Amino acid sequence: MRHLLSIDDLSVDAIAEIFETAADMHDVQRREVKKLPALRGRTVINMFFEDSTRTRSSFEIAGKWLSADVINISAKGSSASKGESLRDTVLTVCAMGVDGLVIRHPASGAAQQVSQWVDAVVVNAGDGMHEHPTQALLDAYTLQRRLGSLEGRHVVLVGDLTHSRVFRSNVLCLTKLGARVTVVAPPTLMPAGIAAWSAAAGFETSYDLDAVLPHADAVMMLRVQRERMSGGYFPSAREYTVGYGLTRDRLATLKPDAPICHPGPMNRGLEIAADAADAAQSVVLEQVSSGLAVRMSVLYHLLAGEES
Amino acid sequence: MADPRIVLDSGDIARALTRISHEILERNKGAADLVLLGLHTRGVPLARRIGERIASVEGVGVAVGELDVTMYRDDLRKQPTRRSHKTEIPAGGIDDKVVVLVDDVLFSGRTIRAALDALADLGRPSAVRLAVLVDRGHRELPIRADHVGKNLPSARSERVSVRLAEVDDLDEVTIA
Repeated sequence: MRHLLSIDDLSVDAIAEIFETAADMHDVQRREVKKLPALRGRTVINMFFEDSTRTRSSFEIAGKWLSADVINISAKGSSASKGESLRDTVLTVCAMGVDGLVIRHPASGAAQQVSQWVDAVVVNAGDGMHEHPTQALLDAYTLQRRLGSLEGRHVVLVGDLTHSRVFRSNVLCLTKLGARVTVVAPPTLMPAGIAAWSAAAGFETSYDLDAVLPHADAVMMLRVQRERMSGGYFPSAREYTVGYGLTRDRLATLKPDAPICHPGPMNRGLEIAADAADAAQSVVLEQVSSGLAVRMSVLYHLLAGEES
Repeated sequence: MADPRIVLDSGDIARALTRISHEILERNKGAADLVLLGLHTRGVPLARRIGERIASVEGVGVAVGELDVTMYRDDLRKQPTRRSHKTEIPAGGIDDKVVVLVDDVLFSGRTIRAALDALADLGRPSAVRLAVLVDRGHRELPIRADHVGKNLPSARSERVSVRLAEVDDLDEVTIA
């Protein structure tokens, strides 16, 4: 594995190896001295051309706990806002001798493109509506810690599937690990061509959350992006909640041990009710701590070994 | 290369571990404040075996844990990415304890160097000692073992293999 651009780059064995190391990294979070020397002398740049709190700080802490030197660059306040092209920005940064580039960009395929321009290792931290592979890895890792093997387990994804990179990466990752996946969305937010994709990849689609929810071994609520609400995808926020929100009533139909995931940030009262977000079976905060462990593992696997 | 020659059979290994257990107790004047930490992979079962022996001699349990030094190695960049393992420190921690590191083979000493760095991040033991089943020489760092099962003179090119029932289904040490 040279870069991490898409879940498609990873074999089942590679995912298992990332999870194994992540479990070891998890223990580091409980230590007094949270520091491992594995990436000493290596430099990682977080380039975020889109707002992010948790992903950026998670990558930053992950790099620092592995002793890498970590620098953050965001679009605001960088030369990108002065009109510099992505290629020039990236080449400039890499000319300083950077070993790893963690990149988030609003354009789908940006990370892939960057990986062809530079010698540094590239990690995709979200590219447009395409993929967000570390999110999918941390979601699957969190579920595996709760449920054991995902083989044959039924995972339900609910939300804005059209615009969601988290959805795309998660479907790839979960089906790869043998889970039975059902994706639920209003017809307007179901991606075009999903029928062909779901048939090929072996997952199911539904418009009826109430029919699917009682059979779920885990449920993943995706964020409804506020900017979509004026896009005519659904009549009103309230309407969305009635049809597709994880409300208190729906929570009662869910198996009591089925983990509830949300990649954050949550719109409480819109796609997820406070009762569900704070329920004992909610793993939202566990996802955050797992995310750190998984990102440490990813950085370790990409940057610690000999140069390939 | 020549056929592997057995240098320790299962009886030899058992006797060596029994002696090491007694030596540790003698040196420590009992089992108080003792923590045995096995180094992955084969140091872990060795530490458990020594722990059992000490428990049966002294009649009190002794804390046994496992230490992974992968992230502390000085040759990470020289090889494909290594798999990490679990580090498990016993509940009482290692602060002010006498930590005995347990490994199968002492060779260059670099693993032990890494283990000492790892320990420093985990706490401050009152003393650190080293017990190994085989010392084959060729040290590259100023490190020596306190308790040795067998001193095995070897050529640098020779291969010393330790097999333990917990991992390999039989107990033996061979050189080839």
